[in-house]
Amino acid sequence: MQKSKLGLDRNKISYARSIAAEIAGGVQQFVENYTTVAVERTLSRLLGIDGIDENAVPLPNVVVDSLKDKGVLGQGVIFFIGNAMVETGLSPQEIAEQVSAGKIDLSRLPVHPKEKIDAAIMPVVHESLNRIKARRARRENYLNTIGEGPKPYIYVIVATGNIYEDVVQAQAAARQGADIIAVIRTTGQSLLDYVPYGATTEGFGGTYATQENFRIMRAALDEVGEEVGRYIRLCNYCSGLCMPEIAAMGAFEGLDVMLNDALYGILFRDINMQRTLIDQYFSRIINGYAGVIINTGEDNYLTTADALEEAHTVLASDLINEQLALIAAIPQKQMGLGHAFEMDPDLENGFLYELAQAQMTREIFPEAPLKYMPPTKFMTGNVFRGLIQNALFNAISIWTGQGIQLLGMMTEAIHTPFMSDRYLAIENARYIFNNLKNIGDEVEFREDGIIRNRAKEVLDKAIELLEVLRSEGLFNALEQGKFGAVKRSKTGGKGLAGVVERGANYSNPFVELMKNRK
Amino acid sequence: MSEGLYNMKARDFDTTHDLKNIKPYGDTMNDGKTQLSFTLPVPAGNEAIEAAKLLMKKMGFENPQVVFYKELTKGFTFFNCYGSCTHSVDFTSIHVPKVESTTWDMQQTDEYIRENIGRKLVVIGASTGTDAHTVGIDAIMNMKGFAGHYGLERYEGFEAINLGSQVPNDEFIAKAIELNADALLVSQTVTQKDVHIKNLVELVEMLEAEGLRSKVILCCGGPRISHELAKELGYDAGFGLNSYADDVASFIAQEFVSRNR
Repeated sequence: MQKSKLGLDRNKISYARSIAAEIAGGVQQFVENYTTVAVERTLSRLLGIDGIDENAVPLPNVVVDSLKDKGVLGQGVIFFIGNAMVETGLSPQEIAEQVSAGKIDLSRLPVHPKEKIDAAIMPVVHESLNRIKARRARRENYLNTIGEGPKPYIYVIVATGNIYEDVVQAQAAARQGADIIAVIRTTGQSLLDYVPYGATTEGFGGTYATQENFRIMRAALDEVGEEVGRYIRLCNYCSGLCMPEIAAMGAFEGLDVMLNDALYGILFRDINMQRTLIDQYFSRIINGYAGVIINTGEDNYLTTADALEEAHTVLASDLINEQLALIAAIPQKQMGLGHAFEMDPDLENGFLYELAQAQMTREIFPEAPLKYMPPTKFMTGNVFRGLIQNALFNAISIWTGQGIQLLGMMTEAIHTPFMSDRYLAIENARYIFNNLKNIGDEVEFREDGIIRNRAKEVLDKAIELLEVLRSEGLFNALEQGKFGAVKRSKTGGKGLAGVVERGANYSNPFVELMKNRK
Repeated sequence: MSEGLYNMKARDFDTTHDLKNIKPYGDTMNDGKTQLSFTLPVPAGNEAIEAAKLLMKKMGFENPQVVFYKELTKGFTFFNCYGSCTHSVDFTSIHVPKVESTTWDMQQTDEYIRENIGRKLVVIGASTGTDAHTVGIDAIMNMKGFAGHYGLERYEGFEAINLGSQVPNDEFIAKAIELNADALLVSQTVTQKDVHIKNLVELVEMLEAEGLRSKVILCCGGPRISHELAKELGYDAGFGLNSYADDVASFIAQEFVSRNR
């Protein structure tokens, strides 16, 4: 680590990290004994099962629901599909179709020996891994040939609800200078316990995440990337009740960035914490393997809690998220840990506090492409002031070397962005990034000044909080509302019914193969 | 392009301030000066500028000026424009329905409830339907409130329960029955394709079906909500931009007393 501009105590940072590792280890102990309907649907997809039945129910749901209804899901899809392959000689897709047609009951087939099941399933597993590896290689090839924009990557959203209209907006944004296009999901998708199928043209405040929509947007971004001579990354949302499924679909279709944060779902979507932490583990393994940058959602804490009073909760959560990501074998350079510019504009020296926090986050996570979120809570509809709020946010980002800059829109709090809003936001960011390019190299912070003291204070408070979390455990801490001032119960929220304990025959070969990059 | 911007010649319009004929004000009464921006789906060029000016004339602007334009992407041009509005409105004949209550601060409302009701009013709030945004309901209900206006949780006179986001209407109603709510607050932030209207109407219909509608004080709020819209949809009050917990609290207390008088 280079010398701290804030005079942060390295021993304190290591100590904070070690507590976070203990907290994450506690979560992991729980996770490893369970699977969920979403994890099993993900395995179905990774085995090549796709498509829908006559009622538009995805076949992965048909297969998994059939096992759940029989009370045998704990043995896992790998076991039942592998066994059925030995028995019938059919492919996983053909087996799923037979299940859908009511011609096969997976739970009633004669059980074959484990060696035979492995021999049947492993070639399919490797085929799936190769498909993802090829996608990853394709991205790397683009990065090695046409290259990418400088950091901070300029990240903008499209949210028309219609994937074909999204393409027009996304290509326009790329031409204006965007590096990452996030297709906002339709409101409510995070609570669907299935992933819709095919291209979609209707959505509220966003567009359905479907594998076909991923494919359409990936092709559009490759096209415009070649035109502008810069690889354009595609971002979607690996959160909600289908977290790992979205990861698998993204891995197949060449997504580059994924929002992927259980804590976000627990706090802001009221998704059951047990369910989503189990789902998150597998989703992160897939994202890590696919070379996807994950984004965590700490920025959202500050939309409900105060940025000055609660900054330490963001840091504590970033540290825990880092450890949870490491357990899933995600390297630092794929960890887009989140934080946000949400200081009250009326606060005296708010810019200085914000600068301290952004620099602190940068120094504590030196390798991570930090995701920095724009002002939202204090955006008022005064678009002229909003443009300046975004300018201050951009100044801090270039100053402190953030990785991913989710551009603020001056029309935040009014509507999803117009094409011109995006243009003005990108122009704003590029102007400031260029004009202040090396300010971070030139300016140091005064010893015992406002900025250094602020950073020290936030780190100290984060350590205090982590110590409490260690003694109580993450689940209890969430029940007490330690993050975002939102309380969630361990058995409350959505999706708990989809959690099952693993049985004797359970296996998930992808976990080790992906973590070891096979 | 700057023709008119630094025009020194005498103005040829009446500069009398007349409330019956109100026009935009730039720097002189009745100059009608208006600033606007828009994007046209055409390539940049003289034809595009002419199209923008013609469009502004149709909008009712005299002397339309395009002061900046930029092709955002192939076939889409963005314009910043100025013009003088030729229309006017009669300010004296305007009537806007407003929430008819006096806004008090927390102490006054608490005191009023103590003296006139003698028990806590139960208020349940949520961001309902698929709406995941809690900023609005949190600003009204949470202890901390927003911009210096304490939320209902801090009031002595209210038992305030914030159910958070994405609460289905049927669950919301079930909770209202369970807790014997006096008032319901619904927050709606996402308004694309009028999803909030459908959701708000559904809640009213479900409350009516349950026979509860007249038993509760029903309010909605959000950046795109007006009192007029709220009344139209069958709510008792609507709280839009720049309303705070004080406004909501005062309304509920006064409405409760006037209903039970």
